Amino acid sequence: MHELSICQSIISQVESIAQKHGATSVSLINIQVGPLSGVEIPLLKNAWTIARSGTVASNAELEIEEMPITIRCGSCNLESSATANKMVCGYCGEWRTELISGDEMLLRSIDLEKEAEMENSDV
Amino acid sequence: MCDTCGCNITPGNEHLVMEDGKLSRTSSGSEAVEVLQGLLHENDHQASHNREHFDRHQVLAINLMSSPGTGKTALLEATIDALKGELRIGVIEGDLETENDADRIRKKGVPACQISTGSACHLDAHMVHDALHQISLDDLDLLFIENVGNLVCPASFDLGHHRNITLLSVTEGDDKPAKYPVIFRAADLMLLTKTDLLPYLDDFDPAHAEQYLRELSNPAEMISLSAKNGNGVDHWIKWLRHELKHYRSILSNSETITPSLQPSRVEHHHHNTDGHHHTHSHS
Repeated sequence: MHELSICQSIISQVESIAQKHGATSVSLINIQVGPLSGVEIPLLKNAWTIARSGTVASNAELEIEEMPITIRCGSCNLESSATANKMVCGYCGEWRTELISGDEMLLRSIDLEKEAEMENSDV
Repeated sequence: MCDTCGCNITPGNEHLVMEDGKLSRTSSGSEAVEVLQGLLHENDHQASHNREHFDRHQVLAINLMSSPGTGKTALLEATIDALKGELRIGVIEGDLETENDADRIRKKGVPACQISTGSACHLDAHMVHDALHQISLDDLDLLFIENVGNLVCPASFDLGHHRNITLLSVTEGDDKPAKYPVIFRAADLMLLTKTDLLPYLDDFDPAHAEQYLRELSNPAEMISLSAKNGNGVDHWIKWLRHELKHYRSILSNSETITPSLQPSRVEHHHHNTDGHHHTHSHS
């Protein structure tokens, strides 16, 4: 189950970014995942609840943007949507297509919390 | 109480978490940091390091992926025999347990390092790096990395290798590329193995297998071979020689080659070309 190793990798990246920015906790982690990345979103969500505990991201929500598979035809140049095992042009049936989106496995952004400043603003 | 689904939000505290609440809009607020890194950033970093290591020694590294039992080790034995005296080969073997495969390779007089992954379903760049300490790249032209037999997870991890080969044995279904598109899409070459058994298997059509590969928009060549009777092995050896020649000519321009599909192509989607830490702060 490599979804757990992916979560651990996310956490170690997030930890180093949080440290660099002097943040005490992380509230949100936004990632993009496409079907062609090989990452299973339900497994990732399960693994996340295990992986985050005891880390700077222990309260962080994992926001997953599921990216659609979009291809551009090498013959008629039109863009169409496709499925993981049928990446042929939706218009002319050509199999030589270029992937526009659908293989993402990307850590996009994280929301950091800085405790000291939050306490000030709560006063 | 949990902190993710919202079940701990009550009328008494909801103003804190609603759009205008203090928690989401303190004077500094929470700080959104745009990251744009692959989810396996650390693995990818190690993989680039491995690739630099291979390139310094001019060793072409090839990742073999397939389900268990497609004949990866038999293919390597036939390859070692065919290239004896011509190219120097090394092998990294990934399996959950045992040294059996490495022992078979060593019997052929070729250095082999076994990585026992325990329960891990794939090799990653760190495991390969550790194994490299046991293999002298100075003495090699070709390094085969025999990944764990698994058609799912190995496709997600860059090991620092230069080419991906996905094997499909004729005792499996010819629709395997449609069932496991991610790993077959990543193939720079698809090897159809155990073709000596084709006469006994009337439901496996090599043309169908190739058609399913094309439907993944993959132009990779398909080579049919049998490590047992030797048919097609010459074609495979020719492919290897050609790839090694191509690799070394690219190296002479101080560049390198990567598999045509990389698991996490941040650059592809976001034009972030430095490949390292690339963070922007937005407050």
